[in-house]
Amino acid sequence: MIALVDYGAGNLASVRKALGALGAQVTEPRSPGGLREATGIIVPGVGHFGATASLDEDWRDAVLDAIGAGTPLLGICLGMQWLFEGSDEAPDTPGLGVLPGRITRLPGGCPEGARVKIPHVGWNRLEMAPSDAPSNPTSASPRLLARIPPGSYMYFTHAYAAPITDACAARTVHGQAFASAVERGRVWGVQFHPEKSGPVGLAVLANFVRAAAAYAGRGATGGARW
Amino acid sequence: MVTLARRLIACLDVRDGRVVKGVNFEGLRDAGDPAALAARYNEEGIDEVVVLDVAATLERRIALRQTVAAVAARLFIPLTVGGGIRTLEDAAAVIDAGADKVSVNTAALADPSLITRIAHRFGSQAVVVAIDAMRAGDGFVVSSHSGRVPTSWGAVAWAREAEARGAGEILLTSIDADGTQEGFDGVLTAAVSTAVSIPVIASGGAGSAEHFAEVFTAGLADAALAASIFHDRACSVRSIKQFLSDRAIPVRL
Repeated sequence: MIALVDYGAGNLASVRKALGALGAQVTEPRSPGGLREATGIIVPGVGHFGATASLDEDWRDAVLDAIGAGTPLLGICLGMQWLFEGSDEAPDTPGLGVLPGRITRLPGGCPEGARVKIPHVGWNRLEMAPSDAPSNPTSASPRLLARIPPGSYMYFTHAYAAPITDACAARTVHGQAFASAVERGRVWGVQFHPEKSGPVGLAVLANFVRAAAAYAGRGATGGARW
Repeated sequence: MVTLARRLIACLDVRDGRVVKGVNFEGLRDAGDPAALAARYNEEGIDEVVVLDVAATLERRIALRQTVAAVAARLFIPLTVGGGIRTLEDAAAVIDAGADKVSVNTAALADPSLITRIAHRFGSQAVVVAIDAMRAGDGFVVSSHSGRVPTSWGAVAWAREAEARGAGEILLTSIDADGTQEGFDGVLTAAVSTAVSIPVIASGGAGSAEHFAEVFTAGLADAALAASIFHDRACSVRSIKQFLSDRAIPVRL
């Protein structure tokens, strides 16, 4: 059962619909305790970083406990940004801090003579970190971007973005490069909207659903760890 | 290198649950079932879908909700809904039915704070301000009420105001070009696109792949919207995108 964290930030219904199309069982726990039963957690979101302030201390603790227990977690857009330490968009609202770095505003302007509009709205390409290329199937970890072709177009809508650190699994260029997908163990984040990115976006969500199913089946497989 | 794709957007003008299309905002004719058309465009590689209720009234808004839900059910790309969005509650109703963005026009001209209120509740990315403009001397005058009532706003000034109030995108329709299939108004589009930082969607006049190439280059459009050219199968989405790609205009193929 995948738990969708509802903090009133927009795209929950679209994510629920996409997961339903993939045949995933979804729950929307009313209280943080509901995360204990989850085999996967998705933090959706779109809009202003200040909205994440609704995720209070109890929710933060429950999410951190779940991550500590190895539960796969996916943050989407604002939900990805929340995984970092904080954002210039709402300096008084701390992020969860499971990934190092801060969210900053994309600069826009006219690099190389081409005008870069902010917010970054529309379909843009993923440039994969080398280990995410499909030609490298040796990784033992479940990968959020497994079998996603490099250069795939995803739908973005945001003005703030995550820095490129060693957690970066894919980058995208809009004026400057930013982390469009991040990965640390079984904690993932995507700046794009997989629920709005057509078949290739659904394939990303399907990878997460598979990771959650594998986590659910860990007892039956002798507690195998990735 | 710019990798952000220029978007092709299919517009479904809906009335009483059916897609209709007119010329210069007049003379509506039936063009099919909205959900079936949206599914077809999705298959063909359209980047977004817009549903505009062209005859929005109180009782028809319930029908619109059903139409939006039917269109959204199998669509995993962005969906914008407009037509008769007068209040925050109207916006919430169509977003609840499955829209990702709402398009506001006449009501925003009457009360620009509507833009800000929707942006505060759902984020700027959910607010598209639709502007219907026609040539008047050297400038462009904004009209309300589906292009019927001229306002005191110039297109550039209103677009800037909309951006300042929290609009995430501008959907800019040339009343002069709409339905003619003789090309977008590139002068209008470029004037607005250079005046604001947010994306501008050009609308009205698409008749060929060349028209899209023109509005993406000289017109500086970030996206282009069309209805008839797609409905009538005059050009497939894919063939237009291939034409653009061949001319080094970035598109999602």
